[in-house]
Amino acid sequence: MRNIFLFIRRYFTFLVFIVLQAVSVWFLFRYNRFYRAKGMGVTNEITGWFNSRYNNVEDFFKMKEENKRILRMNDSLINLLSSNFVKNDSTVRIATDSIPFDTLGHYRRYAWRYAQVIYNTVNAEKNYIQINKGSGQGLKDNMGVFSSDGKLVGKIVNVSANYSMIMSLLHVQNNVDVMIKKSRNAGIITWDAKNSKLLTLTRIPKSDQLVIGDTVVTGNFSLSYPPGFMVGTVAEIVKDNSTNFYILKIKPAVNFSDLQQVMIVENLQYADQAQLLEETKKKVEEVKKPAQ
Amino acid sequence: MSDLIKNIIRFAVFILLQVYILNKLPALHQFIIPYLYFLFILWLPFAIPPIPLMIIGFLTGITLDSFTNTPGLHAAPCILIAFLRPFVIGILTPKDVNEFNYREPSPRSMGWSQYLIYALILTLFHHTYLIFLEWLSFGSFFRFLIKVISTTAISMLMIIVSELLFARRLRFRTNTA
Repeated sequence: MRNIFLFIRRYFTFLVFIVLQAVSVWFLFRYNRFYRAKGMGVTNEITGWFNSRYNNVEDFFKMKEENKRILRMNDSLINLLSSNFVKNDSTVRIATDSIPFDTLGHYRRYAWRYAQVIYNTVNAEKNYIQINKGSGQGLKDNMGVFSSDGKLVGKIVNVSANYSMIMSLLHVQNNVDVMIKKSRNAGIITWDAKNSKLLTLTRIPKSDQLVIGDTVVTGNFSLSYPPGFMVGTVAEIVKDNSTNFYILKIKPAVNFSDLQQVMIVENLQYADQAQLLEETKKKVEEVKKPAQ
Repeated sequence: MSDLIKNIIRFAVFILLQVYILNKLPALHQFIIPYLYFLFILWLPFAIPPIPLMIIGFLTGITLDSFTNTPGLHAAPCILIAFLRPFVIGILTPKDVNEFNYREPSPRSMGWSQYLIYALILTLFHHTYLIFLEWLSFGSFFRFLIKVISTTAISMLMIIVSELLFARRLRFRTNTA
């Protein structure tokens, strides 16, 4: 017993070192697996405070660019107003408002909110964006995020009371369902962490006739993003000899280094769809088991 | 100014510099990530005992981690260099704590060549461990090696520049102090 105490006293520094290392490595792997660790909500509040102070200064330099983007967006929206068209279709009137559904049976599927980016990096392998709205403003995990001119940025992976973290497209763990606008073939976008100006798109069959500059838009099957929003353009076409698919390099439409304002889209049927998916898996697996 | 207040100010400056300037620089190249915040640990006074030193290292790392949303990634290398620091100082300048003429490691207190070796060893350990932890979840071995070398080079460059630009006015220790 005495020897144990002597041992502990002698190597106390080393033991403290081992314990601290274990704590930080545990933090690291736990967080990577589940995207969040206990207590990150609290630190998120604190870093959010610093980041919003910093953002006040940064806004001063970047608002001009942002104003131009919003002006372009407004320009495209104002052209869609019904008052621009003289001949109205009088037989059917589609009313879309914030009520979940109207008497004609039109369900509202996506609701949009805006938020301000307060911290953002592009040079890490796992880039996160922090915004100044959180669960208190109705944000939840897995909501899609678009730039102010409607181009894909990423999705929310963690929320605190007043701030949220977004996993941007420039994150090695991102996996986004997209499609080629022209052929409507679906593929998956990933990032290889090599160049912040190029994403990788796989699973587009070689039967597609592609040219450089073709548009890539969000896909039909995502739970987080509405379909048909711009993601980027094809920058490089490589034919993978071992498979029947292209490996495409995509230039993202968003300039990640000067993001200022973002739009957050909520899929109002997310819980419904996710639950259906879960239950289907459970049901099919339960049916399978007795047969084996 | 007392050592405590001076180091608290330094801590804030290094963390803010890393978070708001160095992490936000447009990437020069995929392999070059400028890291400077760990210089805070290199500059701590000689007199701090090993265990408080490691706890300071842990706090430094975890503070930066809460900004970059990667809990543990920077804390682990900071603890490592805080643990190794007394050994490296002991090997390079074999003196007792009370024999140093200055309070902190600096080119003036250790001599340029010894200070640079001290900084290089700890920078190399910090970056190797940090990039190793990143590599565990992503990347290839070649990428790992190149990244360690290039980030160490850029960090050493920044350490030398900051030593030359911000020469710390250290008080000469007298018997009365």
